[in-house]
Amino acid sequence: MSEHTQNPKAEAAVYLKTLIALLILTGITVGASYIHFGSGAANVVVALTIATIKAILVALFFMHLLHDKPVNGLIAAAGFIFLGLFLMFTLLDFDSRNDYQPRNLPTVAAPPAAPAATSPAPAPTPEKH
Amino acid sequence: MSTSPVDLQHDPHGHGDDAHGHPEDPHHQHHFTTMEQQFDTSKIGMWLFLATEVLLFGGLFVGFGMMQARFPEQFKEAHEHLQRPLGALNTVVLLFSSWSMVMGVLAARTNQRKKLVIFMIITIVCACIFLGVKYFEYSHKFEEGLLPGHFYTHHGDKIPLVRDANGNTPNGYATFFSFYFMMTGLHGIHILVGIGLLAWIAIRGNRGEFNSSYYTPVDLVGLYWHLVDLIWIYLFPLYYLIS
Repeated sequence: MSEHTQNPKAEAAVYLKTLIALLILTGITVGASYIHFGSGAANVVVALTIATIKAILVALFFMHLLHDKPVNGLIAAAGFIFLGLFLMFTLLDFDSRNDYQPRNLPTVAAPPAAPAATSPAPAPTPEKH
Repeated sequence: MSTSPVDLQHDPHGHGDDAHGHPEDPHHQHHFTTMEQQFDTSKIGMWLFLATEVLLFGGLFVGFGMMQARFPEQFKEAHEHLQRPLGALNTVVLLFSSWSMVMGVLAARTNQRKKLVIFMIITIVCACIFLGVKYFEYSHKFEEGLLPGHFYTHHGDKIPLVRDANGNTPNGYATFFSFYFMMTGLHGIHILVGIGLLAWIAIRGNRGEFNSSYYTPVDLVGLYWHLVDLIWIYLFPLYYLIS
């Protein structure tokens, strides 16, 4: 256990610095949320980038991955890589489906569409409840 | 892998001195060569569990992202119902609790029994503050009818609901709160479980059961607690900071 080689006082100092960095990043991300970065997506990217930096700090220092056996880091990375694959393929699918767009939402001026005019298919839709 | 009955008679606990000839540790299980190997094995198991936790919450995050893309305007408006200062307060509380947790692990590893118990109590107090703030937030939403699915009864939403071609009225607001309660609720359950685990560590630590050669439970509960913190690190910006 390589952790044993470290001096406890030095280790405690590292943890304190990590905490301070995390708190500063929290302040930055709250502050950034009040700034408009051009588009809603840009704000999400900024927020998620800061969150990822925080997550990496927690994983490396609080969860000891920096000095731990590589296999633990590998398992952690595998979890996130598979999550990334999941997210990527889901988003690819979402992008390729035009009919999945929120057609039910009225655009600014559009009147509520007459159901009979747009849907020639199965005539009177069964009322639920 | 079999242990002969003769060995068991010689050694009723099923283990002897480890490979380095150290005096045996009562926590040393016979199927591990050394305490270090035993510790590393437990840790790998914990990390595998944490990976499944990442995927469990990951599914909810992906679903949330999909619905955010499907109901962008309604989600944006629904985000406004969450109070940013409360979310930020809870983030600070959880980060601080993560720090006290890691200090507790350090105390256990350096044979500081009293410090371990104190840090565990600080961590539990932080967890309770977190749940207290959550209770306040939840009860506020219950009062306003900001509830999941068909329980949603909030009035005054800006975007009127319109029936789609199938006769359904997809409601982005209700969908938002379905995800909100599911994700923060599941996270809250993890906090509750964590409080139980932390109390268990505090009690065992108080009995002096942990020392520099055996602190596996402290370390593993620490990993769990940091993961709960890590999930909140993503929940906070995605729910409270988007508008």
